[in-house]
Amino acid sequence: MSDSPPRVLITKIGLDGHDRGSRIVAAYLRDAGMEVIYTSPWQQIPAVVNLALQEDVDVVGVSSLATDHLLVPKLMAALREAGLAHVRVVVGGIVPDEDERALETAGVARVFHPGAARDDIVETVASLAREARTAAA
Amino acid sequence: MSQPVQLPLPGFDQARAQWRERYRQQMGNEAPISNRSGVPLQALYTPQDFDDERYMQDLGFPGEAPMTRGIYPSMHRGRAWSQRQLIGLGTPQDYNARLKSILASGANAVSLIPCNSVYRGFDADEVDALLLGTCGAVVNTIDDMDTCFRDVDIGALSTAMNDPLPFTLFAFVLAVARRRGIDWKQVTGTSNQSDYLSHFVANHMFFRLALPGSRRVQVDHIRFCNEQVPNWNPLSVVGQHMQQAGATPAEAMGFTLASALQYAHDCIAAGMDPRAFLPRFTFFFDISMSFFEEIAKFRAGRRIWARLVRERFGIDDVRALRFKFHAQTSGVDLTRQQPLNNIARVTAQAMAGILGGLQSLHTDAYDEVLSVPTEAAARIAVNTQNILREEAGLGEVIDPLGGSYYMESLTNEMEQRIEAVIHTVDRAGGMYQAVSGGLVQRMIGHSALAFQQRVEDGEQVIVGLNKYRRDDDPGERAPLRRPDPAIMERQLETLARFKRERDQGRVASALDALAAAADHPRANTFEAVVNAAIAGATHGEICACLRAQLGFGDPLVFA
Repeated sequence: MSDSPPRVLITKIGLDGHDRGSRIVAAYLRDAGMEVIYTSPWQQIPAVVNLALQEDVDVVGVSSLATDHLLVPKLMAALREAGLAHVRVVVGGIVPDEDERALETAGVARVFHPGAARDDIVETVASLAREARTAAA
Repeated sequence: MSQPVQLPLPGFDQARAQWRERYRQQMGNEAPISNRSGVPLQALYTPQDFDDERYMQDLGFPGEAPMTRGIYPSMHRGRAWSQRQLIGLGTPQDYNARLKSILASGANAVSLIPCNSVYRGFDADEVDALLLGTCGAVVNTIDDMDTCFRDVDIGALSTAMNDPLPFTLFAFVLAVARRRGIDWKQVTGTSNQSDYLSHFVANHMFFRLALPGSRRVQVDHIRFCNEQVPNWNPLSVVGQHMQQAGATPAEAMGFTLASALQYAHDCIAAGMDPRAFLPRFTFFFDISMSFFEEIAKFRAGRRIWARLVRERFGIDDVRALRFKFHAQTSGVDLTRQQPLNNIARVTAQAMAGILGGLQSLHTDAYDEVLSVPTEAAARIAVNTQNILREEAGLGEVIDPLGGSYYMESLTNEMEQRIEAVIHTVDRAGGMYQAVSGGLVQRMIGHSALAFQQRVEDGEQVIVGLNKYRRDDDPGERAPLRRPDPAIMERQLETLARFKRERDQGRVASALDALAAAADHPRANTFEAVVNAAIAGATHGEICACLRAQLGFGDPLVFA
């Protein structure tokens, strides 16, 4: 199991639907050999938690282009409640500095801003997936 | 590539050969360059690339076919483009204040961007309150719209409603007009999110019905406006979403023209007369950083549309041939790194749009990549337009790049690529089929990845991002502005009071009538939406009713 490719859920919660970024990131991670579970936009938090559970993911990537990242602390709490405290969460998109600090406090492992490099995203997610597996073991 | 023009110019061939040799000596082995749409670019264009004898067929004069040089005889000299800034934040009161400020600073046409909850078809009390008003104005009722336009004469303003189907915001505007005794014939503006196909393809931000229901409501809306609000543009065909989602400029233009053909055919199939509805078709495009390519895209688009209207619908009326378009500078080209650089980007993009002959323009604020624009940044965006118009004089000469060897050659090349996209869609059975089968989504996804690859490889330079980076990044950070939760709380109370105090029987029967209209193919669903808005139904109730009757349009995802 620990040798199998990282399992990553790429999703969008809340109201916005701009999905160019989430689709590109999903393609990057897939090309890097990861198992990517991709959802359409507009997911509800309980649905994301269920999917993370069913698909046994290591990392959840939330794309937010229009303030939906404000909901991410609620997602973090819901993941913990479902016994998924080991799952690492990253956020990508338009996240103002003030909000980034709040997300980090809430336990988000990393916030990627516009212009993040492919290698940075791929390496960070891979290393977070390793962390998640160690934490789960 | 088009055939080189044969020229009798004495000494031309020899001089050209000599230049070519010197150029090669300086450049060595040069890698070929092409633009975003894949047009290979020469280092120099000459009379060989521009056939003067085709002037009348290809260029002609502004205001008449082939329309390449502009859609009006006097273009920006006669009437400057409209400055149409997107605005919307917080409550209807906030919107009203921002609207008055922007009108005072020189804007002469306005828009309304609603909150994402509105886009998604919900009232404020149906979503997580954390998100309310963070990206647009919360407008749910006739009273909210009345507040938005307090002290502003709706009959004297051109308004763009960023309003996907079923066009409840527009319905509220009509309801307010009626309340204020303003004749609907005086209401002017555009439903600028009425292109539902573009939403299925490239913008999953909007409420929409399942494809057949969307198609139905859109045709009903066009018919209603043609009959009752004749100075309103019910349709804006949108290339902007597709290009922002990754389509190349040629693809975005091609898909947009193919969508316009689809909508025209749908209206004709519903028994409408294209001579009546085509003059009210408008378009909306993105302007990327690819400066000359964008200008050529607009020139080619104008020419193709005029030809399509004549060839496919047999119409010669110039009002129908006119390719009226609004354009917006490109949000995805802005960088978070050194954000003040975005002012230069927006300026270049705005220039391309203006030189391309647009009718109205939104310039992005430099801080849009950080959050919803601050007022100071929005003011710079408006002044960028003022500077280009009144200091740089961009509107003084019509189609100033017309006759440039490069621009004419590029316009022809873009035209060929745009037409190839239209033929691809034609072969797929038209845009409706091409979207429901996922063809368009796949093509755009492919182009988005290819562009990102060029950025990753450094082939496409983005200043501050993959070149000229600064680790200290001394850019100005916009202070974050979020609606005060207490103010949103009051907005929720206002909505609750509105729902409590309205004539419940009247609302219930208007919603029943809406459901019945959706059930009867001959009824006009949009007319029933307007009646429901007048009766006091809320945005969320109207959307929920149609959703129940016609089904919801889930995102079509082709990853």
